[in-house]
Amino acid sequence: MSPSAPPARGQFAIEVTGLECRYGERVVLNDVSFTVTPGEIFFIIGGNGCGKSTLLRHLIGLKQPERGSVKYFGRDFTHADRAGRQELLRTFGVLYQNGALWSSMTLAENVALPLELYTGLDRRERARIVALKLAQVGLAGCQDYYPVELSGGMKRRAGLARALALDPAIVFFDEPSAGLDPITSLKLDELIRGIRDTLGTTIVIVSHELASIFDIADRVVMIDPGARGVIAEGEPKTLRDSSPDARVQDFLNRRGEPVGQQGGLNP
Amino acid sequence: MSPTEAPASADATLDGDTLTVRVGGDWRITQEHPDWHKTVAGQEPKRVRLSGRELGNWDSSLALFLHEARSWSEAHGIALTMEAVPDGADKLARLLGQKTAPPAQQLPGLPDLVTALGAATVKLWSEIKDLANLVGECTYSMGRFFRGQAQFRWRDCFSEMQQCGAMALPIVGLISFLVGVTLAYTGAIVVRQYGGDIWIADMVGLAVVREMGPMMAAIVLAGRTGAAYAATLGNMQANEEIDALETLGVSPIDFLVMPRVVALFCMMPFLALYADCLGILGGMAIAAAPPLNIPPNLYWAEMQTIVDLSDINTGVIKAAIFGLLIGLSSCWRGLQAERSATGAGQAATAAVVTSILLIIVSDSIFAVIFNILGW
Repeated sequence: MSPSAPPARGQFAIEVTGLECRYGERVVLNDVSFTVTPGEIFFIIGGNGCGKSTLLRHLIGLKQPERGSVKYFGRDFTHADRAGRQELLRTFGVLYQNGALWSSMTLAENVALPLELYTGLDRRERARIVALKLAQVGLAGCQDYYPVELSGGMKRRAGLARALALDPAIVFFDEPSAGLDPITSLKLDELIRGIRDTLGTTIVIVSHELASIFDIADRVVMIDPGARGVIAEGEPKTLRDSSPDARVQDFLNRRGEPVGQQGGLNP
Repeated sequence: MSPTEAPASADATLDGDTLTVRVGGDWRITQEHPDWHKTVAGQEPKRVRLSGRELGNWDSSLALFLHEARSWSEAHGIALTMEAVPDGADKLARLLGQKTAPPAQQLPGLPDLVTALGAATVKLWSEIKDLANLVGECTYSMGRFFRGQAQFRWRDCFSEMQQCGAMALPIVGLISFLVGVTLAYTGAIVVRQYGGDIWIADMVGLAVVREMGPMMAAIVLAGRTGAAYAATLGNMQANEEIDALETLGVSPIDFLVMPRVVALFCMMPFLALYADCLGILGGMAIAAAPPLNIPPNLYWAEMQTIVDLSDINTGVIKAAIFGLLIGLSSCWRGLQAERSATGAGQAATAAVVTSILLIIVSDSIFAVIFNILGW
C-alpha cells in the first residue's frame, strides 16, 4: 500500500524533453531536458535571471514552449487537448512566491475553492478537508483569517495548504524561502520534507537558497544564463565536491569573482 | 491516475463484542469514499478493530475516515485498535485533533441605526481631518516649492499635464459637443412656444460657458484622470513604493501629489475653454438645422449680446478649482488605499465618487458667491 499518485514501474513523475523557452525573439532556455522520479525532492537552481522561474512557468503551463514537451506520469502536458490538459492540471499544485492567496477570501475559502471546483464533496466534507489541510501546514484553526492578517511565512503555509487541497501527486514551489528568516525557512523546509514523507508527493522547488538545497534536495538541475540551459544534474553534495564545471562549483560553494571585477565597489 | 484503481471500501462485521472494520481499495479525495458513521450505523460494540490490509493507494480522504473513527470511539468509550493502517495516514488524522489557533476576530453583523449613524459620523470626521491634513501638507509643500526647497519634478508635472490635458481632448470635446446638442434641443421646445427661436443662442451660450463646460470637463477628468491617479498611488502603496520614498527622505506630497495637483489645476481652465467652444458649436449645429434654421453668424452675434467676459471668467475660475479638488481628492484616496489587491480598485472608485461630490458641492457654493458678487 502507498500514498496517492502511484506511477507505473519505471515511470517518471516529470519528463522534460528538449524544451525551448522564449520571450518574444529572445531565447531564454534552449534544449532543456531532465526527469524527476516520483517522491523525489528536486531543485531547479541557478543565479538570478538565469531563467528558473521562466522554466517553472513553462512546466506549469502558464507559458507555452516554442519546442519540446513536458510529460507528467508519461502523459504529454504540452500538446494535450483542452480536456487532457484540465485533467493533468489536477496532477500538480503550485505554491507561488508570496502565497498568491485571494485577498477577498478567508483562508478556508481559499483552500476550499479547488475542492468546490473539482470534487462533488458537500460543504461539511469540504470544511473537514480544509481543517485537515490547514492543520497539515501548521495553521490549524486559522480558517477565518484573511490573508492580510497573516505574516509572510503564514501566507506561504496557507498557499501550500491550497496547493495541497486536491492531494496532487506533484507540488511546485517558486522560491519558497525568499524573504523568510532562517528559522521560518527551516520550518518550511521541514514541512516540505514532511509532506513528501507522509504522502509520497513529488516536490519540485525553484530556488537558489543553498541552505535549503543541501538540507532537503535529493537531486538538483542547474541552469546557467550563459549556456541558456542545463549545465549540471545530480545530488547537490556530489556536484559541490566533484563537479568538473567551475560554474557549478562556484555556485554551490558560494564563490565568485571578486566584486571589483564585476564593475561594483572594490573593497 | 491509474485506470486499474479499485473503489474505496469499508466493511463492518460484528463478531461478539468486537466490530471489525476493513478498509480497502484506492482512497481518493476527488472520488466517492466511505463515511465512518454510515459504515458503523446501528452497531454498539465494546471494541473496534480497524484493518487496512486490503488498502491500495490512499490520500487525505483516508485520514478523514480515521479521524472520524477515533472521534466516534472516544465519544462512545470504545477501545479502538488499528492494524496495518499506514502511519502517514494516522499521523495526518491526528493533526485534526490538535490544538487550534485563536479564532479570527469576527466581523460584526448589521449594526443598529444609532450605531451605524455614530460610526458613519466618526468616519466622516476622521476623513475630513485626513483631507484637511493633506490640504495642509500641500500648502506646506507649496511654500517649499516657492522657496525652491520642494522635491518637485517638473518632468513628472509636464507628463501629467499631457495625460490630463492633451490626451483628454477627444473625450472632453465629444461630451461637450453632445451636451451643447442636448441643450439646444431641450431649449428649442421652450423658446419656440414664444416665437423667440433666436434666444436658443443665449440659452445654450450662457449655460455652456457658466456651467456645463467646466462641469462636464471636470466630471470627465474625475472619471478618467482622478481614478487613474488613485489607482496608481494605491498600487504604489501596496508595493511599498511610498514607504521607500519616505525612508529616502522624499516627501510623497512633494514628489507624487503636487505634480498631479498642479497639472490638473493648470490644465482644467484650458479644458473648460475648449469644452465651452465645443458646446457652443453643438448648439450652433442644431440651431442651423430645421426647424430653427438660424444661420451661424446670427447665432454668434446673438450669443455675444448675453455672454460676456465675466461669464467666461466664472467658468475658468470654477474649472481651476475643480481641477484642484479632483487632484487632491484622488491623491488622497490613493494614499489612503489598503495594502492589498483590492485596495487600488476601491481607491479608484472612492476617488471618482469623492471628486464628483466635491465638484457639485463647490459648484453650488460658487453659484451663491457669484450671485452675491453680481458676476
